[in-house]
Amino acid sequence: MAISSRHKSRTRRRAVTAPVTPPRTGGAGGSKSAGRGTRSVIEFRDVSKLYAGDVGLERASFSIQRGEFVFLVGSTGSGKSTVMRLLIKELEPTDGRISVAGHDLGSIARKRVPYFRRNVGVVFQDFKLLPNRTVYDNVAYALKVTGGTRREIRAKVPDVLRLTGLSTKLHNLPTQLSGGEQQRVSIARAFVNHPPLLLADEPTGNLDPDTSIDIMRLLYRINRTGTTVLVATHDQQMVDKMRRRVLELSRGRIVRDEVAGRYTRDETTRDLAKRLRAPSKPPPGVE
Amino acid sequence: MRIGFFLREAVRATRRSSASSFAALATVLVTMLMLGVFIPIVQATNGAANTVRSRVEVDVYFKAGATTADEARVRRKISQIPHVKRIVFVSKLAALKQQEKTDPAAYKLLGTNPLPDTFQVVPTNPQYVLSIRDALTPTRADGKPGMIDPSVATVSDKKTDTKKILQVTKLVTITAAILTVLLVLASVLLIANTIRLSLYSRRREVEVMKLVGATDWFIRWPFVIEGVVVGAAGAALALVVLAVTKVFVLDPLASSWTLIATPKTISFVALVGVLMGAGVLVSAVGSGLSLRRFLRV
Repeated sequence: MAISSRHKSRTRRRAVTAPVTPPRTGGAGGSKSAGRGTRSVIEFRDVSKLYAGDVGLERASFSIQRGEFVFLVGSTGSGKSTVMRLLIKELEPTDGRISVAGHDLGSIARKRVPYFRRNVGVVFQDFKLLPNRTVYDNVAYALKVTGGTRREIRAKVPDVLRLTGLSTKLHNLPTQLSGGEQQRVSIARAFVNHPPLLLADEPTGNLDPDTSIDIMRLLYRINRTGTTVLVATHDQQMVDKMRRRVLELSRGRIVRDEVAGRYTRDETTRDLAKRLRAPSKPPPGVE
Repeated sequence: MRIGFFLREAVRATRRSSASSFAALATVLVTMLMLGVFIPIVQATNGAANTVRSRVEVDVYFKAGATTADEARVRRKISQIPHVKRIVFVSKLAALKQQEKTDPAAYKLLGTNPLPDTFQVVPTNPQYVLSIRDALTPTRADGKPGMIDPSVATVSDKKTDTKKILQVTKLVTITAAILTVLLVLASVLLIANTIRLSLYSRRREVEVMKLVGATDWFIRWPFVIEGVVVGAAGAALALVVLAVTKVFVLDPLASSWTLIATPKTISFVALVGVLMGAGVLVSAVGSGLSLRRFLRV
């Protein structure tokens, strides 16, 4: 009994850590190994979550493919955050099965959860930056606590800060930055490990419309590197303009799953930004 | 790199929550001081008790006017008692000389020799002490214990002396143990509290660490080290205080006060080891207590 369970945990460990390594050694990309057989990065099958009797999520089923950019919308209390927290295994579903990047979340041992989380970057509305550390240190911190070597940190952090447009703010403290810049730092931190999946929970909730567009553009740029991006938001206008796949939740149920408007997959970030900044009702035919 | 990271985090935390760190450090300091004082004291009293206990013999004290003939007669009578191994005669003069060695000034003041001639009767085995004493003090017709010979003043088996010393030793040991246990408990709780405060003030950091996938122990180590640093600092300070006290107070006294000097006690090096070990252990337990309850990662 003891031997068999030990054996099981060893195979599990291999399964969890395997996808982490390729993006580390390969640098950019990170999408190559995300699927592990299937192409879906997120798979919800009849997932329910009850909070002391209240419904948080009710028999939700959907799947998100590798490289997709998906919005999760719904009013407050509709279950958006529940989905997010289930995805990083901060909550356990009451019922149903969730798999992320090829791992069945139910079979990941508590001790292995940290290793699983390295496959998922998370961005929050309130940034969750460490106030007494510089921009550089905030991003490097994510690598440090996951056992990154000094050389790795020196190579990766400037890279990701360049990608997020923060190269000139390396040594500023978060309090010296604008809201948009702080959110960029938090995105840089989430992406520095090049996870196959990036979750953003209301990333533009605290930002003005113009800054929000910049953040969306950045998330799209990350999406273009092959990373799957899931954004929870209630900014309906932004969702309409972005014209990406939308999952709508209402009282814990999925009530809509569709692509809002047509869009070309290969749209450049510059085109996207131009389109987003255009007046809210673009003439038909403009793509 | 990793250890450096942990240490830097721990020191950063200690500096930030200096008030509670100081309280914990002070408690550890007092606890370790107590331990450092009690260990030698308990050892010394135990040592004294043991020397008394190992000297199992029955002393036969003669009256002041006893003659050589009396003594020869008594010796013959004693040698007929079963289980007697040895009879040692200690004359008044020899006894005086022996006593003068331990406290010359006091005996010089006395002028005359108050000590009687003595037979030290050694039994073949300590368990026969009582039967020999009974044989030396046969019950008289009126029921009270008499003496084996009219020239004998008293017979003593040192039972009462041993008892008294053992009682004192027990009292000292128990008091020391209770005080130490209470202080260790206080130290553990205060360190646990310090770590809890540190955890609270750094909950944001812990949250971020969890989000980016730091392992449980990676999150815990800085806090454990913070506790251990506080504990070790307390123990080190206590050792400094003890060393200063020993060099400037105890050593000058030792030459004039025999009780401090004579009994064999723990060496200072060993004491350093014990106190540092205890300090680190106490603080590790304290931080472990907080981490277990408040850091369910």
